[in-house]
Amino acid sequence: MSGDRPSGIVVVDYGAGNLVSIRNALTLLGAAPTVATEPGQVRDAAVVLVPGVGASGPAMERLERAGLATAIRDAVGDGAWYVGICLGLQLLFDRSEEDGAEMLGLLAGEVVLIADAPRLPHIGWNQLDIVRPDPLLDGLADGAPAYFVHSYVARPADRSIVLAETEHGSRFPSVIAQGRIVGYQPHPERSGVDGLRLLRNLLTVTGILGAGATEAIAQPVLVPEVA
Amino acid sequence: MLLRRVIPCLDVKDGRVVKGVRFVDLTDEGDPPTLAARHAADGADEIVFLDISAAPEARGTLLDVVERTAKRVFVPVTVGGGVRTADEMRDVLRAGADKVAVNSAAVREPEMLTACARRFGRQCVVISVDARAVPDEPGRWEVVIAGGRTPTGLDAIEWITRAVELGAGEVLLTSIDRDGTKEGFDLPLLRAAVAAVDVPVVASGGAGTPADMVAAITEGHADAVLAASIFHRGIHSIDSVKDALAAAGVPVRRSAAVAA
Repeated sequence: MSGDRPSGIVVVDYGAGNLVSIRNALTLLGAAPTVATEPGQVRDAAVVLVPGVGASGPAMERLERAGLATAIRDAVGDGAWYVGICLGLQLLFDRSEEDGAEMLGLLAGEVVLIADAPRLPHIGWNQLDIVRPDPLLDGLADGAPAYFVHSYVARPADRSIVLAETEHGSRFPSVIAQGRIVGYQPHPERSGVDGLRLLRNLLTVTGILGAGATEAIAQPVLVPEVA
Repeated sequence: MLLRRVIPCLDVKDGRVVKGVRFVDLTDEGDPPTLAARHAADGADEIVFLDISAAPEARGTLLDVVERTAKRVFVPVTVGGGVRTADEMRDVLRAGADKVAVNSAAVREPEMLTACARRFGRQCVVISVDARAVPDEPGRWEVVIAGGRTPTGLDAIEWITRAVELGAGEVLLTSIDRDGTKEGFDLPLLRAAVAAVDVPVVASGGAGTPADMVAAITEGHADAVLAASIFHRGIHSIDSVKDALAAAGVPVRRSAAVAA
């Protein structure tokens, strides 16, 4: 079905942070991501990937102002995949404690500061404790490390969407999925071999890569430069 | 459980790694992306580039280094050196850096921390502090800037506290007294900083052995340890540091890079 859509996977650029890493990781894995700055590019995509660093308020402001928020909602309503990374996961929910921001509202729930965290921001490698096996987590060991940089976390109304969770003072969802909506609180594109495996699974599950592309990720870190 | 990070630091000057980083089997010893990729494969939890170029025109060269690194390194990359404004920080982030460390510029204009944090989130903003013990005043350290050459009169712990209030989301704390000595980290300095702020503190300056790295975490309570020369020439590997940390009961990420 992804073949029906001209753009395949797009990485939404809303003006802040590091898009390069996720683009490079997807390219390395054989996808051909394009960077979307226009609503039309988002509407045409099979997979809309919303990366994330930055604060909720400014991020939502930029998405709304550029017409991207509406385009994202339309695309998802039209059957596109939404993949959120870090802030991109948080944007899925109704609202955030951070800046009191109204978010995209594609999933029911709120975004809150990590409760009882020993230190914030939560920066560094932490473990993905698998709650529910899923093809998105194929090949990943329970407790595999991933790289996190954030202070806020999702509190979904529906706990059954949680595939993995992580503990930093309290437990929070670190990988979620519901239908064609997927979210990662850590940065798979910054999480070494395990992160690349998560992204490989994602590209397979979303149909961007064919079933033949599931072989092991060879020499994951010492890799040739992306062309 | 949050794992403690082991971070190699590469000093970059005019697009080349300086300060004698050497891996025996590399043909191009001074290429920052090549060395960064090697460190990542060896289990580095993060890579820090510290740009020590003096000339402003080295800026473009640094961005090129970051871009090329981002194409082959899939662990976090932090870049420090010479960033003075939110726009300059944007350029470095868009080249592929995950975090930007600011030092002298923040001392000269502290508000830039707030501007950067507001725009990119505090998690991108690292306050890099070079601290020197004040003679005859135990428990006091002074901030020095311009690569350790210019004293500021600022109390290091007060400055760190203020920088975090202004927007820094992480502290990279270097003991100028210990830097390059391999005599171990300044543990009282670390403890004072960790107690003063609630953001992560990265220990830097003085690592000579894996045991020093262990002490920085178990006694200095640092969240991460950074070192340059300890990893050079293969005297100590990142793995050997992690072995020592694990043996001391410190949770670390074991390298999966060599797995097929």
